[in-house]
Amino acid sequence: MSETSSPKSEVKTTTCYMCACRCGIKVTLREGEIRYIEGNPAHPVNKGVLCAKGASGIMKQYSPARLTKPLLRKPNTDRGDADFEEISWERAFDIMEERLSNIRKTDPKKFALFTGRDQMQALTGLFAKNYGTPNYAAHGGFCSVNMAAGMIYTIGGSFWEFGGPDLERSKLFIMIGTAEDHSSNPMKVALSKFKRNGGRFISINPVRTGYSAIADEWVPIKPGTDGALMLALIHEIIKLGLYDREFLVQYTNSAQLVNLDEESSEYGMFLRTEIPEEEGCFDPQNKLWWDRTSNRAVVTHTEDADPRLMGEFTLDDGVNVKPAFQLLKERVEDYTPEWAEGITGISAEDIRRIAHEMGVTARDQKIELPISWTDTWGKEHDTVVGNPVSFHAMRGLAAHSNGFQAIRALSILMTILGTIDRPGGFRHKAPFPRPIPPCAKTPNTPHAVQPNMPLDGMPLGFPAEPDDLFVGDDGKPVRIDKAFSWEHPLSAHGLMHNVITNAWKGDPYPIDTLMIFMSNMAWNSTMNTQDVRKMLNDKNEDGEYKIPFLIVADAFNSETVAYADLVLPDTTYLERHDVMSMLDRPISEFEGPADSIRVPVVPPFGECKPFQEVLIELGSRLDLPVFVNKDGSKKYRDYPDFITNYETEPGSGIGFLAGWRGKGGEKFMRGEPNPNQWEMYAKNDCFYMHELPKSYQYMRNWNQGYLNWSQKHRLMRYAEPILIHVYSEVLQKFRLAAQGKTDSKQPPDHLRERVDTYFDPLPFYYEPLEAQAIDKHKYPLNAITQRPMAMYHAWDSQNAWLRQIHAHNYLYVSPQLGKKNSFEDGDWVWVESVWGKVRCMCRFSEAVEPNTVWTWNAIGKAKGAWNLASNANESNKGFLLNHVISEELPPNSKNEVFSNSDPVTGQAAWYDVRVRVYKADDQTTPETFPQFNAMQPQPNAPKRRNWLAYVAGKSRK
Amino acid sequence: MDMKPSKKQLALVIDLNVCVGCHACVTSCKEWNTSGISGYMSDDNPYGEDPTGNFFNRVQTFEVGEYPNTETVHFPKSCLHCEEPPCVPVCPTGASYKREEDGIVLVDYDKCIGCRYCSWACPYGAREIDEHQKVMKKCTLCVDRIYDEELPKEERKPACVMACPTNARLFGDVHDPDSNVSVAIREEGGYALMPEWNTKPANHYLPRRRTQRSINDDELVRADNPLNKEIEVSKPNFDEPSLDDSTSW
Repeated sequence: MSETSSPKSEVKTTTCYMCACRCGIKVTLREGEIRYIEGNPAHPVNKGVLCAKGASGIMKQYSPARLTKPLLRKPNTDRGDADFEEISWERAFDIMEERLSNIRKTDPKKFALFTGRDQMQALTGLFAKNYGTPNYAAHGGFCSVNMAAGMIYTIGGSFWEFGGPDLERSKLFIMIGTAEDHSSNPMKVALSKFKRNGGRFISINPVRTGYSAIADEWVPIKPGTDGALMLALIHEIIKLGLYDREFLVQYTNSAQLVNLDEESSEYGMFLRTEIPEEEGCFDPQNKLWWDRTSNRAVVTHTEDADPRLMGEFTLDDGVNVKPAFQLLKERVEDYTPEWAEGITGISAEDIRRIAHEMGVTARDQKIELPISWTDTWGKEHDTVVGNPVSFHAMRGLAAHSNGFQAIRALSILMTILGTIDRPGGFRHKAPFPRPIPPCAKTPNTPHAVQPNMPLDGMPLGFPAEPDDLFVGDDGKPVRIDKAFSWEHPLSAHGLMHNVITNAWKGDPYPIDTLMIFMSNMAWNSTMNTQDVRKMLNDKNEDGEYKIPFLIVADAFNSETVAYADLVLPDTTYLERHDVMSMLDRPISEFEGPADSIRVPVVPPFGECKPFQEVLIELGSRLDLPVFVNKDGSKKYRDYPDFITNYETEPGSGIGFLAGWRGKGGEKFMRGEPNPNQWEMYAKNDCFYMHELPKSYQYMRNWNQGYLNWSQKHRLMRYAEPILIHVYSEVLQKFRLAAQGKTDSKQPPDHLRERVDTYFDPLPFYYEPLEAQAIDKHKYPLNAITQRPMAMYHAWDSQNAWLRQIHAHNYLYVSPQLGKKNSFEDGDWVWVESVWGKVRCMCRFSEAVEPNTVWTWNAIGKAKGAWNLASNANESNKGFLLNHVISEELPPNSKNEVFSNSDPVTGQAAWYDVRVRVYKADDQTTPETFPQFNAMQPQPNAPKRRNWLAYVAGKSRK
Repeated sequence: MDMKPSKKQLALVIDLNVCVGCHACVTSCKEWNTSGISGYMSDDNPYGEDPTGNFFNRVQTFEVGEYPNTETVHFPKSCLHCEEPPCVPVCPTGASYKREEDGIVLVDYDKCIGCRYCSWACPYGAREIDEHQKVMKKCTLCVDRIYDEELPKEERKPACVMACPTNARLFGDVHDPDSNVSVAIREEGGYALMPEWNTKPANHYLPRRRTQRSINDDELVRADNPLNKEIEVSKPNFDEPSLDDSTSW
């Protein structure tokens, strides 16, 4: 007997979407039902393996939480009641068309579109831009923008889709604050090989779970203190001379001379030669070094010059200058291991030992690959050299109000060890590296928002200077989330976490319609969940909702669906076309650019419709320029047609997919549309990869061959070197504005001190803002969350198999805490912050730093949500920590209220929360608190079985 | 009484040194087997209180040691396909049996009466009854995959082995001294669970192996220390008095 040879079986390849990892999968169907989902061995991302989520796709597909028809909230019901009537798609489109065209005619910013972990940002962003609203972002501001911005503003690339540790060749790997991550399977594959090759793995994390479990050394750290640790490591490495001098000199701005004339408007900026041209999005090579041989200032990279990294010098015109590295050295002077011990809880001895291990490994275990390459200054190199120390970090560093500067410090640590885009260190993935900062910009004036016009610029971007901010002449924000304003200037991913609160307050203005795609903003994708739910249901005196219209698109009956006025049923990943686009977050590898597609392997369930199709149809109905012909007729038949034929500009040859472009599929990256592009992808296991010549695979910030290639194929406009910003002039420009020293845009007076403080061109440590604002004696503990591997980034609370792994969560605490506060393992406890409290069960754990408590995130669900039974563990025993985390900080001494975010990037600081934990002996029912009225199932919900016995081809007959 | 050792003994070797507890083996096993020859794998209360279902393979996580010297261990566990399986002789109907050709321990559902003697006899808790079918179920080493000639040769492995992202699950013949599993057991300190029960489990585990590094003080001081490049060596003024002005012998 053979299963696979059965005539009723067929195998199709596509791309997984149980999380953000994007593994290639093979789906075996038996009589039209999913028999088996396995990793595709031919796929570059996962090479055949698959995680727990990927292997549970069947239970997502056949979940009873599936939404099957558009739903309209019944008249005279409240939001949150989930009392819906089914309507046709035609009616749903009519409602949206009427409402959205009126908004667009009057004030397009009153329409806001916020999305979750959708990997569809190239399209959703394009829709928002063409609609003309600035109010668009995905969930990055909530997730990890500090990591993206901190690294991109320093090394021109970042972890995740944009780069990562080269574990294939690394000898020492340091993982900081990561439980699981986007690149989940590649990380597992690489980590296992790394360990088997004898590599040493150090995990710095308050909690020892998942990856940390197999670390050779676990270094527990207090949450929010990573910056202090990084700075102390830098201190020790500089002190002992364990840094890579040649790398710093050639490839970073370390040796560039900084103007120390405090009276000058150029104070803290690099000295420049006479070359005045600074147009374009790159760093002109017109800065100065102090040459130690000739003992005078010379233009950087002058041949035979050997610049000083340290010292203080006077230029001929009397200006005092210091190399940037000297300023870094001075900055970390007082950041001693002893100082860091008191903050991080890691002994000074351990900090020194780890610093020495990093430095000595980087210096003495060099890798030299016989690959010749040419740098941007014309020097030919016979080999590529690597210092095999690599790092990975994620939300543990990012989700703090001091995360941006902590991640700057990490990036600088990686840099002084000489590990950027080198073998065994950090390596970029196309389209990164990009200029620092990347070229994309938002508009910088409210006039960019005009009725019936596309937005004049991108809704999201990377400000390079104060004049790039998206504010009015009064300095006030243009966006509803106050992104790119003086409150958080470098908020490259927006601030999803403040949208509902701001819209409810009407600060900076009220909006009309909020469209939410695949984001659970009434539950786990928000902070202060209880109040946010009230805000969604709150009305003005005239009886109108404060946020008048809410559209929610999702495949499942989430907590947020209950608050919608209009619900749009989305498809699952197995039912639709999708692209993992070079314009968004492609699946590139270290070796070259790659992107991929999804193709439907099963028909859509009920009347669900891919959200992409909704946008294309809606865009056409609203006459958004990109979606219609000149005569107003619909330009693209459907989403696949759009992907095939859309070009960023007419004739640009750049589209969503990079592979098989040109009429016959003979081109890549750039070429005219190819009518058979989808088929060509499908034939190639749904991905396209271009492997770069070896000589273009390393040192890409300064590799002339790569930069020319990248320019030729239009990944970048300029083929200029991307020097690492050890010292950040970008930050200094904002500081100078705050100090009133430049004639750029100026912050409102009440924000000058804030900008002056946090826009430090060199990394520094400050205590997280919430800890500064509250009584730490009353709330002595840090509370954090992790996502378990079987649920990370999954939309699968209702997944029959995965929820058996995590049906409810506990608060994990040190036994020492239980002893001190008189409660036992398994007791019900209150977790209380200055904002509120939750009741839950605790478990004692020896694998947690004793001043930290933690739980698995987003396991707790609202009663009845996701079509789970009202007695499901998720709602009765599970809990959500978000209830005790605020989206705003307490008012300061001037009664100002700021977002609970990083003041540089707007990253939600949800790991900053401080709590106390005590026994819950006032309890009448053994259930978690808070509880909510049970949400009812969606109309005509698929049957919720009490017993499941899934057999493909038989179960649903 | 020793059973005659089978010529070949297929088994899993699980490397605890790289297992991160992701549960890929758990659900890939479930999805393969629920539509496979072992029939469906029930899930009770799949959307309600205390959901519970049949799994042939589960991951247990536990902590060893006290803070800060804590180890978190992820421990995947399934039928160990013992060479002396205590579940076989206790079976009143002969449903529980060990295959001579490859040593796999299986249950013949046609003969199984669901009496559970085998699960009581198994010291490892590796068997799970299906309350709906009233038959005992357990890991088959994906016997319906590993001999399927329609599959490419490299895919003729248990689903859990194929899925495992850290390649923590090795599959092969532990009686063949040159097989990947025998080499791993021999060279990486592989061990069997509870050998004192004399069940001779075919599956083995590889222990955690810690890579350590110590730095000698000498390594911190080097002649080519880049700090030397930054040191200013100040020269005394040429005209300052010196010894050779006044000494003549």
